[in-house]
Amino acid sequence: MTSGEIIIKGGFVVDPTRKMEGDITDIAIKDGKIVDKVSSSAKVIDAKGKTVMAGGVDVHAHVAGPKVNVGRLFRPEDKLLSGVCRSAMAQKNGARMESGFSIPSTFKTGYDYARMGYAFVMEAAMPPLYSPHIHEEIHDTPIIDEGALPVFGNNWFVMDYLKKGEIENTAAYIAWLLNVTKGFGVKCVNPGGTAAWGWGLNCLSLDDVVPYFDTTPREIITGLLKANEYLGLPHSMHIHQNNLGNPGNYQLTIDSLKLAEGIKTKNKFGREQVMHSTHLQFHSYGGTGWGDFESKAKEVMDYVNKNKAITVDTGNVTLDETTTMTADGPFEHHLHSLNHLKWVNVDVEMETAAGVVPYVYDPNIKVCDIQWAIGLELALYAKDMNRIFLTTDHPNAGPFTRYPRVIKWLMSKKAREAVLDSFKHKDKVIDATTLHTIDRELTLYEIAQMTRSGPAKCLGMSNIYGGLAPGMNADVGIFDLNYKNMPSDPEKIEKAFQRAACFIKSGEIVVKDGEVLSRGHKKTVWVHVNMPENLQVKRDITQSFTKDYTVSLVNYPVRDYLAPHPFVLEVDVEA
Amino acid sequence: MATVTLKPTKVPELMLEGYSITPDAFAGKTPAQIAALPAHEGKIHVTLGDFFEVSGNAGATAAETDIVIAGDCTRVKYIGSKMTAGTVKVNGNADMYVGGWMKGGKIHITGNVDSFCGMQMQGGEILIDGNAQNYVGCAYRGDWRGMKGGTIRIKGSAGNDIGTFMLGGTIIIEKDTFIHVSTHAEGGTVILKGDVEGRVGGQMVKGTIYVFGTIKFMMPGFKKVDRVELEVDGTKATFDHYIGDLGERHPKSKGKEIFADLYVKA
Ligand SMILES: [Zn+2]
Repeated sequence: MTSGEIIIKGGFVVDPTRKMEGDITDIAIKDGKIVDKVSSSAKVIDAKGKTVMAGGVDVHAHVAGPKVNVGRLFRPEDKLLSGVCRSAMAQKNGARMESGFSIPSTFKTGYDYARMGYAFVMEAAMPPLYSPHIHEEIHDTPIIDEGALPVFGNNWFVMDYLKKGEIENTAAYIAWLLNVTKGFGVKCVNPGGTAAWGWGLNCLSLDDVVPYFDTTPREIITGLLKANEYLGLPHSMHIHQNNLGNPGNYQLTIDSLKLAEGIKTKNKFGREQVMHSTHLQFHSYGGTGWGDFESKAKEVMDYVNKNKAITVDTGNVTLDETTTMTADGPFEHHLHSLNHLKWVNVDVEMETAAGVVPYVYDPNIKVCDIQWAIGLELALYAKDMNRIFLTTDHPNAGPFTRYPRVIKWLMSKKAREAVLDSFKHKDKVIDATTLHTIDRELTLYEIAQMTRSGPAKCLGMSNIYGGLAPGMNADVGIFDLNYKNMPSDPEKIEKAFQRAACFIKSGEIVVKDGEVLSRGHKKTVWVHVNMPENLQVKRDITQSFTKDYTVSLVNYPVRDYLAPHPFVLEVDVEA
Repeated sequence: MATVTLKPTKVPELMLEGYSITPDAFAGKTPAQIAALPAHEGKIHVTLGDFFEVSGNAGATAAETDIVIAGDCTRVKYIGSKMTAGTVKVNGNADMYVGGWMKGGKIHITGNVDSFCGMQMQGGEILIDGNAQNYVGCAYRGDWRGMKGGTIRIKGSAGNDIGTFMLGGTIIIEKDTFIHVSTHAEGGTVILKGDVEGRVGGQMVKGTIYVFGTIKFMMPGFKKVDRVELEVDGTKATFDHYIGDLGERHPKSKGKEIFADLYVKA
């Protein structure tokens, strides 16, 4: 953090947290925070004719951890032609080599997010056993602040407690695990299904019984929702639903979302939802097979629009060659048997599993095009843009570096039509989707809600990220877009968001004209829960580590030195 | 046709990344402009002029441009990579990636080449008078999309991993090869005029291999089905016909499973 004062002058400020829609106003920065005013010696940045926004907040991306590394290791071809030859200036600035397209190196990950003006990224699936590695990798990723969500949906302790309806014990276990893994919140991937995969099975409905554990996805989802609110965590339960990616799954999606009804939010972090449903695109499919595969985005969003207890992110397909990776082990096997490409399958003892398969979203394939349309339809059918966030489930539906392209599609009907027109099976795509009937074009204000204020609030950090009010982190992006005179050429929107004219992170200029100038001051954000000791859970954990785990309990926690720049949110739970 | 001649003036200390040495990059340029084309020696930005004396003229298009390198390029990579037309001739050896991702035109190396010659090539011709190292006409490591078209002829011997993940085109090795031929291939033709150690056609789905010499260790996944008389690369001979790899998945056409074909001279 630098104590240097900065003043950003004359830009069009777009800040939904203060209802600013392109107001021309100055943004003052001191000691890494936004302040009311600075002295006359402050460094002046001229933002005249440009758009000024808070640093972006990514609610869901896979940017660190064993499956990301497996992807890097088993896809050298992803690096071969995607490296960046560092300019002589970048070499002089000490910039590191950058490589990788769908699974960029840690350095490229940090630089690329910074170039797009992003300040915070949530690693969306941390296998608890490997949390030390994830924190090391997060530490290795420059500039951006990051947190990580441990996965709970197929955890043996959780399933044991929830089959008996023990919410308090589940909550105590979650608290313990967040503390020892330096985790941020409760992630749930294909509840029960990944555990069933150990028997070669899956859970494709809410009432499929998980073998051996004798519980169901319905019990796991409901139990985790309740335990999350019992603790009052900053973020809500964050779910990747069952039956991802299959035709006709939308009904199950709506049924799962309905489980949030009747659960009350309880927290001190300004969060309003009790469930965050991620990469909704993969869960909004109609049809009975790939032949009559169709969009059900409208049906799903009609429900989401009605239920304020839910937030979602899009998971936009970007029509690229990418790498899929998820704790949804059975899904990756399914995908591998469809495309015959290389497949990695991993079991994480007691906790979860994972799979990795490369995937080509080929614009010449009808299904890929329909997926592309569904992702955009979701956002365009949304009524409250503070409850739907922009993601590509990086790298599953496309790399995060395509966010500017998705923004272009959302903001320009012309840009969407150009893509539709380029499809070989355009007529079939139009038959199966409604995108072509939607005239809506999102505004910069709505984009700021989807990428800044909305996700920050959903993560319980609306007083830190996603806005430009005094006291908040001085993460400010300046984009070469004239709010009052937006370009008629949509390509200019993509270009402006791809390479920020300037990005200030924690009060320091880290990007200028798209060039990275500094490694910044990254922080790792996690949640620490203070609650009375639960003797039964303590005994269960001790017993299990003696009996089942391959590591001992003392070797399990993430040591402090692995996360040397902490930013900890404290949660107090009363007895 | 117009000919540009590059005369090596200096041996690179590291390997020179000669990705600009293609008719496409040279077309329409003066010798001075060609000398200014970028290259890398390790992480250092250099130009072709730092290592070659450039003379002659380039044509207006790649198709009208011939490049002759009058000397040894043992330490120069990517010669003719991604080229679409025209010709490149090296009077001497060349390093890795000769004609990688090539789409058209001709490359002739009078000496030996290192690995990855014709990697992921889509069209055109490569002729190597000497030997080739490993990965002739293969996919890049990790990739599942190998050579799609064109012809590679190695007059000498070759190393391992010939035509890995091959999808189309022809590779001819006139002398001996070692191991891994057409691994994972789903098309294309490999002709081995000499002997081969083994692992021929492992996990091969489709495509054809002809062996004029002997296979020292046959893959167990190949089954002999008949004996046939064939003319291959201008030579008539009798071959034992095998199909395989029986351990691999195979597509069906008109209800019949399609296998890869392996012909070994009887
Ligand atoms: Zn995800």
